[in-house]
Amino acid sequence: MMKKIILTMACLVFASMVSAAGGAYIGEPANTNIKSQSSLQRGAKTYMNYCLACHSMEYQRYNRVAKDLGLTEDEMMSSLVLTDAKFVDKMTNTMTKEQGVQWFGKAPPDLTVIAKARGVDWLYNFLINFYVDPSRPSGWNNLTFPNASMPHVLWELQGIREAKFETHTDEAGEDHKEFVGFETIEEGQLSEQEYKDLVRDLVNFLDYSSEPAQLIRMSYAPWVLLFVALFTFLAYLLKVNYFRDVH
Amino acid sequence: MGKIASSRTKNSSGIMDWFNHRLPVTQFYKDHLSEYYAPKNFNFWYFFGSLALLVLVNQILTGIWLTMHYKPDAAQAFGMVEYIMRDVPWGWLIRYLHTTGASAFFIVIYLHMFRGLLYGSYKKPRELIWVFGMIIYLALMAEAFMGYVLPWGNMSYWGAKVITQLFAAVPWVGDALVEWVRGDYLISDATLNRFFALHVIALPLVIVVLVVLHIAALHTVGSNNPEGIDIKKHKDENGVPKDGIPFHPYYTVKDIFGVGMFLLIFLFIVFVKPDMGGLFLEHDNYVPADPSSTPDHIKPVWYFTPFYAMLRAVPDMQLGALIMALAIVVLFFLPWLDRSPVKSIRYRRWPYKLMLSLFAISFVVLGWLGMQSGSVLQKMTAQILTGFYFFYFVWLFFYSRNETYHEVPERIEK
Repeated sequence: MMKKIILTMACLVFASMVSAAGGAYIGEPANTNIKSQSSLQRGAKTYMNYCLACHSMEYQRYNRVAKDLGLTEDEMMSSLVLTDAKFVDKMTNTMTKEQGVQWFGKAPPDLTVIAKARGVDWLYNFLINFYVDPSRPSGWNNLTFPNASMPHVLWELQGIREAKFETHTDEAGEDHKEFVGFETIEEGQLSEQEYKDLVRDLVNFLDYSSEPAQLIRMSYAPWVLLFVALFTFLAYLLKVNYFRDVH
Repeated sequence: MGKIASSRTKNSSGIMDWFNHRLPVTQFYKDHLSEYYAPKNFNFWYFFGSLALLVLVNQILTGIWLTMHYKPDAAQAFGMVEYIMRDVPWGWLIRYLHTTGASAFFIVIYLHMFRGLLYGSYKKPRELIWVFGMIIYLALMAEAFMGYVLPWGNMSYWGAKVITQLFAAVPWVGDALVEWVRGDYLISDATLNRFFALHVIALPLVIVVLVVLHIAALHTVGSNNPEGIDIKKHKDENGVPKDGIPFHPYYTVKDIFGVGMFLLIFLFIVFVKPDMGGLFLEHDNYVPADPSSTPDHIKPVWYFTPFYAMLRAVPDMQLGALIMALAIVVLFFLPWLDRSPVKSIRYRRWPYKLMLSLFAISFVVLGWLGMQSGSVLQKMTAQILTGFYFFYFVWLFFYSRNETYHEVPERIEK
């Protein structure tokens, strides 16, 4: 009796764990490298050129970005800051929430910590998986984030693509739309690889900006842990020494 | 030279005398450290009491520094956290010590409580220690919940909404109670402000006082041990337990080693993986609070998920809230539900060992289920495990009455 109950419980627990959960379409990993300063610089440049007009980074300051990315004030102000912002300013824009709602149906969110909320793989796949969809108000749809209100801002770089779907009917008679591939309608300025690299750098910059301290944090980690390991070892020797006379 | 040195020693002992005549400093030191005799056979499980104290101190200190830079204002709170992470020198470290400390507190406390279950530390004469401990656990849950609301992320907001809504389950006055707790009809600036007050002063005070009572009660009856043997039965001519050793220096030195091991893991998380892949700091809480956008899947932080799974397992909300409350209340009565005279699991027979193992596994699996989206199968599993959780206590009450066990030795063998 007891055995049966336990067996049933174990089976249930196991079965409930393997039941798969559906989610966003993540075709390939982002493979970003937070330690690459040149990648972060390129990503910052793309962000300032294509994203900042709609998506503020209201908790991030230009001077902090310059410092962490190894740029001088002159380099930062002449090539990266396109508005009349000052070096110490936060990376904001002039679009109001009301305007955002009016123009896109939903205000473009602030992206300072978006990489913490979404993860780099999601962001990377979101930015490489836009396709033309005349049924949407913006004319664009997205495989990773279906029915997103954001249009494909980088379309000139990636080109214009259509998504091909096949419809399957399962045993229960329900239809399932399955993505089979993209078809290019118009070539972009960049090759597929160049475009993916550009997005990778951009996502890398978003990852950095979600926590600028991670660069310092990771560099301290080995030293902190080494110190604690040494301390623990000495504490262990001390403990053994004291407990020698406990019988 | 010698003359100066000797006059100094005399002088310093004079200072101790001066104090001892006014406050029993030396007596206190002896009673609780140098002449508090603890059993000589403490094992790994006995680190978690002192570690809980360490984490409490960590939370209080880092908490004080966080409050220096934070404003409990619904319009500013989310930004204040990012300000601490970016513009406050070492702010990121202070915050991660605090957020990781919150999860570490529950890990340490759960292991500390499980130690109590393993070795029967809740049994006579230590019932009151267990009850104080349970109240600390309750206060800690309230403390953690309110702290979680302060960053004012979207999960803070919706979590606060779901949890405060539970008060609606109270008959007759439910709705009025919800409004009273929130200080508004909705989760709002007023809620954030009062949760801040409760989180930074009211509950920490309660917890500190309870910890003092918990330790005072412990030092009155003395510590249990892995063998569950009463060391006070065999004392030498000076009244010192033969199987006891002074807490200081033996266990202070040993606990320092425990602190080292704990810090290795704790600081690894703080410096390398502070959000623990969304387990300690949830992804959805990096989206600012938004009353018009519900997160895909509202769930509390991992340390509440066993109880959250129970809440969701019951189709009726009112009944679910009751079950959840009972799951915690029943633990208070453990000292009286377990009627076996034997304390340690080492001298109890296989049915107890098996059932306690299943109980622990159920709790962990319920915790996992509480984080999932809740498929039909998962819900069914949660229902069965919730049933088992309560069945365990009923079973224990009847089984322990006429339990057969191995004979417990008189003394602790080396």
